[in-house]
Parts: sequence; C-alpha cells; structure tokens
Amino acid sequence: MAGNILIVDDSASMRQLVSFALKDGGYDVTTAVHGKDALDKMNNGTKFAMVITDLNMPEMDGIELIRQLRQRSGYKFTPVIMLTTESQDQKKQEGKAAGATGWIVKPFTPDQLLGVVKKFVK
Amino acid sequence: MDNQMDRHREAFREEAFELLTELETALLELEEMPDDAELIGRVFRAMHTIKGSGAMFGFDDISRFTHEVETVFDQVRNGKIAVTKQLIDLTLSARDRVREMLGSSEESSAAASASEEIVSALRSLISDRQQLQAERSIREEESEQSGHEITYRIRFKPSPGLMRNGTNPIMLLNELGTLGRQRVVAQKNSLPRLEELVPEDCCTSWDIILTTDRGMNAIRDVFVFVEDLAEISIQVIDDCGAMTEDGCKKLGAILIERGDIAEAELAAVLPLQKKVGELLVEKGIVAPDQVEAALAEQQHIREVREHREKTEAGSSIRVPSEKLDKLVDLVGELVTIQARLSQMAVGRNDALLFSITEEVERLTAELRDNIMNIRMLPIGSTFSKFRRLVRDLSKELGKEIEMTTSGAETELDKTVIDKLGDPLVHLIRNCIDHGIELPDEREKASKPGSGNIHLSAMHSGAYVVIEIADDGKGLDAEAIRRKGIEKGLITAEAELSEKELYSLILAPGFSTARTVTNVSGRGVGMDVVKRAIDELRGTIEISSRKGQGSTMTLKLPLTLAIIEGLLIRVAGEHFVLPLSAVLECVEFSGTERAAAHGRNIVNVRGQLVPFISLRQKFSLGNTTPAIEHIVIAEISGTQCGFVVDQVIGEHQTVIKSLGSIYRSVAGISGATILGDGTVALILDMPALFQMAAAEEISS
Repeated sequence: MAGNILIVDDSASMRQLVSFALKDGGYDVTTAVHGKDALDKMNNGTKFAMVITDLNMPEMDGIELIRQLRQRSGYKFTPVIMLTTESQDQKKQEGKAAGATGWIVKPFTPDQLLGVVKKFVK
Repeated sequence: MDNQMDRHREAFREEAFELLTELETALLELEEMPDDAELIGRVFRAMHTIKGSGAMFGFDDISRFTHEVETVFDQVRNGKIAVTKQLIDLTLSARDRVREMLGSSEESSAAASASEEIVSALRSLISDRQQLQAERSIREEESEQSGHEITYRIRFKPSPGLMRNGTNPIMLLNELGTLGRQRVVAQKNSLPRLEELVPEDCCTSWDIILTTDRGMNAIRDVFVFVEDLAEISIQVIDDCGAMTEDGCKKLGAILIERGDIAEAELAAVLPLQKKVGELLVEKGIVAPDQVEAALAEQQHIREVREHREKTEAGSSIRVPSEKLDKLVDLVGELVTIQARLSQMAVGRNDALLFSITEEVERLTAELRDNIMNIRMLPIGSTFSKFRRLVRDLSKELGKEIEMTTSGAETELDKTVIDKLGDPLVHLIRNCIDHGIELPDEREKASKPGSGNIHLSAMHSGAYVVIEIADDGKGLDAEAIRRKGIEKGLITAEAELSEKELYSLILAPGFSTARTVTNVSGRGVGMDVVKRAIDELRGTIEISSRKGQGSTMTLKLPLTLAIIEGLLIRVAGEHFVLPLSAVLECVEFSGTERAAAHGRNIVNVRGQLVPFISLRQKFSLGNTTPAIEHIVIAEISGTQCGFVVDQVIGEHQTVIKSLGSIYRSVAGISGATILGDGTVALILDMPALFQMAAAEEISS
C-alpha cells in the first residue's frame, strides 16, 4: 500500500510541486488549502497515511492543525511533516512541541522530499 | 613526495583508461538496449569513479568535466532523461575528450573550447531545475562517502513519548538497515509489567551493530528528526582502513566498553569457572538482553573480519608486465637446464640421480605452465575495442553493420594479444569496406539490410582459433584470379584450388577494390596482416561463398615464449620445426626420389606434394642417406614437404631470438638450446616455402 498523503498549503504552486513529486514516487495525493480544509478532508472518511503541511496559512495555520490532529482518533501516530524555511526555527520548535514528526527546509528538491517521506511511509 | 604523487597519478591514469574502455562498451551496448537500467548504472558508475578519483589526484579539469556527464546520467538513471542517439554520441565524444585530457598535462585553448562545447550540449539536455537538484545531490554524496566499510555500534534509546509525534521506531531501524549489514538487539529490560504498561509509550531501546561504507553522517541522517527525542550514541568499533587490534574482543571487554558493567564487577566474577555472560546475569549486574547484544556484536565483528579477509585474499594485484617477462625468461633458462640435467642423468645410470631429475622435470613443467598462465589474458577486451571501430566506420560508409562476438573469455598470452590488435583491425576494416554491401544492395540480394560481423575465439589444443566472419558479398574468385595474373602472382594457365586463390589476396601488392577509399584498399593491409600473423607463428585461412560472406580463420599459438616443436636432424645439425603446422612425417626412399625425375615433388597417397630439401637449401653434408624423411606441413592452405635426415621427436622449445645480425635472415625465426647445450635453429616454414615458390616462378 503506497498510501494517500495529504498536502496542506495555501500556495497553489507549492501544492502542485509537492503533488508532482509524490505522485512521481508512487503515492496517492490529496490537497487542502489550509488547516481547516485539511480537517474537513479527514472528516470525509479518507484515512491519510501522512500529512505534509505548510506552517503559515490562512484560516488555520500548520501548528494548530498538528495540535488538533493529534487529538483525533486515528491520527495520534500519523507522521506529519512540516514545510519550513531556514528562518522559521522558532515555528519549527513550536511544531515539534505540537507533535510534528519531521520537517523539510525550503527550498528542497523532489528527491529530498521523497527521501524524507520514505522515512515514514512505505 | 612529488615522485609518490606522480606514481599515484599514473595509477589513476591506468585505472581511468580501463574505465573509459568499460564506459565505451557500456555506451555502445546501451545504444542497442536504451532501457537497460544496469547499463545506465555502469555508465554512471564509470563516470562517477573518474570524477571522484580525478579530483583526488589533481585532475581537476577532468573532474569538473566528467561531473557534467555524470549529472546527465544521474538524470537518465532516475528516468528523467531518455537515452537517445544524440546522448550516446555526445557521451562518446565526452569519453574521447577525457581520454585526451588524461594524455596531455596541459590543456590547449582549442581543447578547452572542445570541452566547453560538449558541456553546453550536455547542459541543454537537462532543465535548470533538474540541474540544480543534481548539483545539490552530488555535493551531498561527496560529503557522505567514506570509501570503505566501517562497523558502528549504535545505541538508540528513545524517550517514552517518541511515538506520540508520529515517529515509528521500526521504520527508523529499517532505514538504518538499508545502509549496510546490521544486527539489532532490542533491550526490553525497562519494559514495565503488563498492568503498568502504557501502549503509547516507547519503553524499548535498541543496540545496533551496523557495517556500512556510507559514513557517520548517513547514520546521523536517519535519526535527524528524533535527535532531541532519544539518546543516540554512535561509536566506531571496527574500521578496516585503520584496524588497530586483531582478534576478537572478549565478551567482558565489550560489556565494559559499552558501559554496561564496571571493570571491578567483571574482575569479581572472572575467577569463577563459568561463562562470564551467565555469571553476570545471575549476579544481576547486567540484563540478559545486554549480554545478547554484546554477543551479537562479537559475532558480527567476527563475520565482518572473515568477510574482509576473504575479499582481500580474493583480490588481485597489479604487476608490471616486464616483471612477468623476466620470469618467463628465467623459466625458459630453467627448462633448458633441466633438459640438460635429464640428458645427463640418462647417461649416468644412477637410480637416485634419476629420481631427483624426474622430480625436477615435473616441477619445472608445473612452474612453466603456471607462469605461462599468469600471462594469459582474455581476448574479450580486444574484441570490445572493435565495437567502436565497426560503429564509426559503418556510419562513415553508410552501411548498417552489427558486430557479434563469442568466446570473449578465451585466454591468450599478453604478447600475442598485443600484437594481434593491428592485424585484426585490418581484417575487420576489410570486412566492413569490401565484404558487407550497402543496405539497398543487400536488400536486392534478399538479405537483411543490416550486415553482421561475427568475431569468435576458441581453444584448440595449444592454439587459439580466431574467426572473423561476415555475411557480405563474399570473395569473387574470378576477379582474384584475373588480378593475380595481371600482377604476375600466378601464371594464366595455373590451376588453383579456391583456397589457394583466396590466399592470393594476402600476397604483397594485391588489392581488388575498384576505388581507393580512406578505409582500406590502399593496396597495403592484407599482406601486412599476413606478415604479422606469421610473426606470431600463426596461420591464416580464408573461406568464402559468393553472395553469402567470407570467413578469415586465424590460428595462433597460445604463447610466444615456448612452443611445441618437432626436432629434426640434417647432416649432424639439429633444427626445430614449429609443430603447429606439421601434418605428418613420411619416409622418403631412393626409389621415390628417382620417381620424381629430378623435380622436387613427391607422391603421398596419390597426392602430389612439393618439397624442399633442407640438405640442399642449407648446403649441408655431401652424402645423402639411403632413407630420408619428409615432414609434411600445411602452409597457407597448401601442403609442402621438408626433407630431413631424421625426425627426432617433439621438443619443448624455449625460443631465443637471434642476434641483430642474424635477425633478418629469411627462413629462420629463432633458435633454441638443446639438452646437450648445442643450439638448434627454428625454421620459418612459410618463409622457406615462399622463397622456394619464388625461385620456381623465376626459373
């Protein structure tokens, strides 16, 4: 099972790039535009094998998403990867405290992304 | 110091040349099978090695240049760029460029611009994004490589909350396992009792022994997201590059090193006559899992070392070929001396001496065979050189030609292989130029448009038979005949067999090509081939069927240093005839000589065979014995007899070259020293035959 991965980012081009890379790696991909949208997508009944989320987003940011997600049944142990930048160390620490599994620093290449994803999803 | 570096550079250069040959082969194969991941991998690895070592040895320009090619092939490997004809052509020219760079110490500006051109063409093959990524990943790779295998002891002790952020420790261990060979022992002693167990907590820790060549950073990368959620210690416990101690550590020592027990604790239990591990567990000093982990480490290290010893023992060493040549010379001397010893022993009638001599004889023969064997190389590397030749030449001439080979593993003496290259090039050029037709011509003859040249090699006794077969138009016997008469090589009324007719094309100055191309047909070539093969004491035979192709068969001795000879005697002088060409020996009595009516022809079972009397030829002795012998040999497809007084028998002939004054004497190819210390000349039968034939025609 390659697994369905949820990508949460408000930037359309980022969603596109990440989707492209993951599909290339053989994963199924679902996208959400912000934290709320992501939680809605989970309510639809799809079980995601992994969540990849941006941090700065409208409506609900990545850190809040992680916090809420860890409260949900079925998502306690789901790997969550944060998309961060070099300057976002503070946010990164917050994310870790909220329960993020890992992170990847922008800019990254499709291969680097896949390398991180493969650590958590077969 | 500089000298040392020069030697390293020389070693690199040698290695690089080999890699380039390998690269070329892989590229040409890749052209035929563009989807073969293994081949792509081979190209990539070759480039990668040249790049990596190039930088090490100060070939920075080569390193930078190959990096570009490697970048492209990395993309090919990842399936992002397809293998195209353009890519292959470009890579082949890049390969040639690297070869030139290896050869010259300083780059001319013209050469630099040639490099520049290739690089920009390569770069145009990949998009910017991909290129950026490739550069990045290369940089990472370089920092990671440690070159050789190191064994690490890794302790991974997660904090209980590890799993609550989505980390799966089993996935981490699996990822670690992809780096090399590992052994994992779980430490379960801090697991609480079932009723106190919180399933979401991670209470297990792991002891891991990992052998990998990827370096410490690759291991740290595995744990990058859990660094602050777990205690992680990584220690080097075995480094083959810097091994300090030999043998395996005792269990107690390992436990102390791991910090599981104190030295004093070990000292306390050691005097007791029991297994240390069991004792320590019994005393409650360590947990059973800790002992298990230490034992696993002990065993792993033992296996790693055994494995290393095996691979080290199985590896090869590089020796300059001059050293081997010297060794062959010495064995030659030894064989000669041993022959003298044996002869002396026979005369002495001393049983003890005789048995020692026999032993020496046996050992000498074994030594000789072994040393000859060291000099043997598979002919495959020579074959693969021709792929490029066939490819380039057929393209130039607008022909489609495929080259197939068989028997590439057949081994031949290095000297023979070295000297065989040029004649084979000539023969293959000839096949391409004269043999194989243009595609439309072939289709008219209802043959597939693409022609085939098949190179094969196989062993046959003390010889190797090499065949070059094409499926082209074959030789035109009539045209050869006309040309032969025109050039005065044969008379108009001569009746020749096909085989004899074909061998005319090997004669000096013969060429049937209607126009002179820059490929072949300069009127030299085939006679040069013939001479080169003669020098190797080999023979060449041509067979052909009109419209279906022709086959050149080369028969070559396995080695040049020692040959099987036939020892003969004429008027007290000894000579050696190479046994390779000898067919049979027959008696030659006075009556038979009388029946020939003064002509040098003898009837052997109904077949007329010309002969050469060595007695006459070398003006030896006055009285001809009543019964002589004829040694019948096959030379260029014709039989020819050599009249001798006595056939003594087979002789292991250690070839000694003649001094510079005698080297050009026709009919004699060398000399050997016999058991009694006298010298016997080795006769060059083809040359003697040709001399006799020339005399015949002129008279």
